[in-house]
Amino acid sequence: MSKRLESMIGWIDARFPLTANWRAHLSEYYAPKNFNFWYYFGSLAMLVLVNQLLTGIFLTMNYKPDASMAFASVEYIMRDVNFGWLIRYMHSTGASMFFVVVYLHMFRGMMYGSYRKPRELLWLIGMGIFFVLMMLAFTGYILPWGQMSYWGAQVIISMIGAIPVVGETLSNWLLGDFMLSDAALNRFFAYHVVTLPVLLVVLVVVHILALHEVGSNNPDGIEIKANKDPVTHIPVDGIPFHPYYSVKDIFGVVVFLMLFTGIIFFAPEMGGYFLEYNNFVPANTLQTPDHIAPVWYFTPYYSMLRAVTVNFLWIDAKLWGIVLMGGSVAIFALLPWLDRSPVKSIRYKGPIFKFALTLFVISVFVLGYLGTKSPTPLYTLLAQIFTVVYFAFFILMPWYSKIDKTKPEPTRVTE
Amino acid sequence: MRKITSILLVFCLAPLVAFASGSDVKLDHAQIHPSDKLSLQRGAQTFVNYCLSCHSAEYMRYNRLRDIGLTENQISDNLIFTGQKVGELMTVAMKTKDAKQWLGVAPPDLSVIARSRGPDWLYTYLRKFYRDESTATGWNNLVFDKAAMPHVLYQLQGEQSLMVKNVDDGHGGTHEVKELKLDKPGTLSKTEYDAYVTDLVNFLVYLGEPAATKRVQLGIIVMLFLFAMLGLTYALKQEYWKDVH
Repeated sequence: MSKRLESMIGWIDARFPLTANWRAHLSEYYAPKNFNFWYYFGSLAMLVLVNQLLTGIFLTMNYKPDASMAFASVEYIMRDVNFGWLIRYMHSTGASMFFVVVYLHMFRGMMYGSYRKPRELLWLIGMGIFFVLMMLAFTGYILPWGQMSYWGAQVIISMIGAIPVVGETLSNWLLGDFMLSDAALNRFFAYHVVTLPVLLVVLVVVHILALHEVGSNNPDGIEIKANKDPVTHIPVDGIPFHPYYSVKDIFGVVVFLMLFTGIIFFAPEMGGYFLEYNNFVPANTLQTPDHIAPVWYFTPYYSMLRAVTVNFLWIDAKLWGIVLMGGSVAIFALLPWLDRSPVKSIRYKGPIFKFALTLFVISVFVLGYLGTKSPTPLYTLLAQIFTVVYFAFFILMPWYSKIDKTKPEPTRVTE
Repeated sequence: MRKITSILLVFCLAPLVAFASGSDVKLDHAQIHPSDKLSLQRGAQTFVNYCLSCHSAEYMRYNRLRDIGLTENQISDNLIFTGQKVGELMTVAMKTKDAKQWLGVAPPDLSVIARSRGPDWLYTYLRKFYRDESTATGWNNLVFDKAAMPHVLYQLQGEQSLMVKNVDDGHGGTHEVKELKLDKPGTLSKTEYDAYVTDLVNFLVYLGEPAATKRVQLGIIVMLFLFAMLGLTYALKQEYWKDVH
């Protein structure tokens, strides 16, 4: 390093902990050396976040949050704004890919027990991120003001309205109107571009701070901090995040970008799953579409919402649906306390957990598929069965994780 | 009060207006070629002659048609009948209010119709009009029952009528098969008319996303760049990770 640069950094360090932070979070943050494929998705989520923030800024420059102009302004971006189509596709594809990487990131945590002590709070902060992400997806989907934007939002709004006692007041307060209208579109725009992104960025920073406090978990689910070099006090199975994982993640980024840009350039609608065909019809408040389906990342919850068809325990079927839908997301937050297994990682857990996790994944996929279809008696029955399977994975976990036959954990990380 | 009324209206009308746009007719595949500029130009000509008098394409500018190999002069001389300037949007002179009165509904804007309906639907729809005296226009459509739109291309296609046949389904029962029969031939043969509609659908697909061709071209360059980066970043990772044991 040149003398001049060194003295400049010294000047900053006397006023701001630059070098200290660089070391704490990058060059001297020791991550386990045995990260596998599943450990790319945290940094990829960051990449997609930056993509959404940057493309979002450019979209706001030309988008008009006005019920009579919103749809046209999106088409203006697609046609008349230089590379507007690219910016919009990056944003719309980014929304779906955000959920892809976050779902894989969460699944990684479930496989390797990353939510277990001492990472419970890290997991809860992550759940907060997931919740804000869903709000962002919902508010963002309304903005183009197409048929699906409007009627999909109508479904969610009516859900808020169905909450006992406070529902209607809450819905009026959120919408700024008694129904979905121009006033509501303006508000959703404000939530989508200011409130929620700020919250998301703060939560992501907090998530990383919490991670760097407790240290990363790894596919073996053992604590690398338990085995430190007696002289240097560096975990013997740890390697500095920078440069090892920074260069590894760059490779992961390129692989991810091939998929990401492949969708952007060659299949931006992704067969109607990323951009729904019906959303190319401007919102018509007088014409309900035959079939209202959310975007793919919400379909499992949508299935559960529709699964309850009878009133039960003096509670209306619709409200049960809402309880199940909310519960299906919220229940992830309880995982750290539901899992009673003596080991963290699936590598050392027994056959019952592996079976339960497999069933859970199957139920998510089946519910996701059913959520894209119009309900039929058979589909509703399937949705009911798999809703039970979905919840059973969580609710029965304290028992099956305890009696499951586990293997002994190693003392050092394995390949 | 007005708000409450309009909410009530939504719920009363919703089941009615969610009308029969869905149908089970098997769609024919549109053999379109987005890179065939002559086909796009023929489609554009049909579009401005037959569609643009009632339908708008108001997110599209005339001069964007340079994409399909036309000059601004060619566009203003041959494709603009409304006295508009070449940089203006493809709007329609018919007022929404009049259109509702004349046709029952305002003709939808066609800018992104190919993205919501899909090329196959459009291709089939434009070829499946038939005479039906029970409707206001005297026309009906196999894929869009009671469509408000009359058959504007009938002079070219001719006039078809509906034939309902009961066909043995092989399991002891019968099922209805709807077929169209050409009663009065038009100025084009069936093959010519199919090709004519194909050109129009090709244009509508272009109209739905004018940047599509550019998108694919740019995508190939981006992919090539990423392939190169893939090798480089992998080599970089391997180099650094040599000393991790």
